[in-house]
Amino acid sequence: MAGPSTRLRVIKLYKELHRLGREYPDENYDFNGKLRRMFEKNRNLTDPEEIEKALKLGEYIKNETLALYSLRKYRHLKRNYVIAPS
Amino acid sequence: MRPSTTRLLNILVPVKRAVDYAVKIRVNPQQTGVDLNVKHSMNPFDEIAIEEAVRIRERLPKGSEPVTITALTIGPPKSVETLRTALAMGADAAFHIELPETAPAPEPLGVAKAVQAIIEKQLNSVDMVILGKQSIDDDLGQTGQMLAGLLDWGQATYASKVDLDLEQKNAVITREIDGGLEQVCVKFPLIVTTDLRLNEPRYASLPNIMKAKKKAVTKLTPADLGVSFKPQMEVIKVTEPPKRVGGTKVESVDELVEKLKAAGFTAVS
Repeated sequence: MAGPSTRLRVIKLYKELHRLGREYPDENYDFNGKLRRMFEKNRNLTDPEEIEKALKLGEYIKNETLALYSLRKYRHLKRNYVIAPS
Repeated sequence: MRPSTTRLLNILVPVKRAVDYAVKIRVNPQQTGVDLNVKHSMNPFDEIAIEEAVRIRERLPKGSEPVTITALTIGPPKSVETLRTALAMGADAAFHIELPETAPAPEPLGVAKAVQAIIEKQLNSVDMVILGKQSIDDDLGQTGQMLAGLLDWGQATYASKVDLDLEQKNAVITREIDGGLEQVCVKFPLIVTTDLRLNEPRYASLPNIMKAKKKAVTKLTPADLGVSFKPQMEVIKVTEPPKRVGGTKVESVDELVEKLKAAGFTAVS
């Protein structure tokens, strides 16, 4: 890893993803396990470009997961609480 | 400095800690309710309410007087987590009316009276109260309307769009009703209850949750406010809906007619 600021960014991303992973709807999908393994696989990166790429991938996964959660919730509420016009 | 025409806008948003929407609920062994030993989170319609209050603040032009958003919840000690979520989404301060762990869940009339007491005793002036249209555990959908009755304020329920006019001190609200949409104009102060299409609530990110820890949460007891949450309703029995039985396949139209006749259906002439 290069530099303390990068370390902080990585830890921050990991914490956010871990917190998100606790609410994953499918119990059989080990989100937090996969998260840990993916981060550990990249622990020895030194090239700043590679690190940026990995961080971007992490951010992308975070946004995708957030979208999954909000869509799922919206669909559930729409199905159960909105009376479709007849 | 020239006095500005807009003044401080005070919005109160009561929120409820309810059974999480994704939980597969089970009737409890005593058949008096559902098993409450499950995940809880903020009622989704209350999330929409908080989000709307924050968006109202964001929509006001820069240089206007600030908006104060106060969150409020009634419940056991764990309910404070719901307030933390509200504060992380953008509320400025919060009130927690604490009930004992074993107390029954408050009913809408009790909640409305408590909110009224908070408005009259604890807050300087409230321009708007935004509530969820119903909670997903009780599905009663009465609190907003009862509160409007108690306070004698105008109300706009099932709101799917809210536009404030601070000069005129009123709000134009689009409501979701049977068969379409209705627009109403309601003077301040008013009650709004949120419907699903009003907005998409934001995610309370970890940095915001950390910042929210510094915001003030005032704890009160029902006695402090002079309200009682004595239940007026008694749940007699809760049962699951009948299990869905499978259908059968028939080989011909005649067989279908035979089965219908056997089931007691008669032909319509």
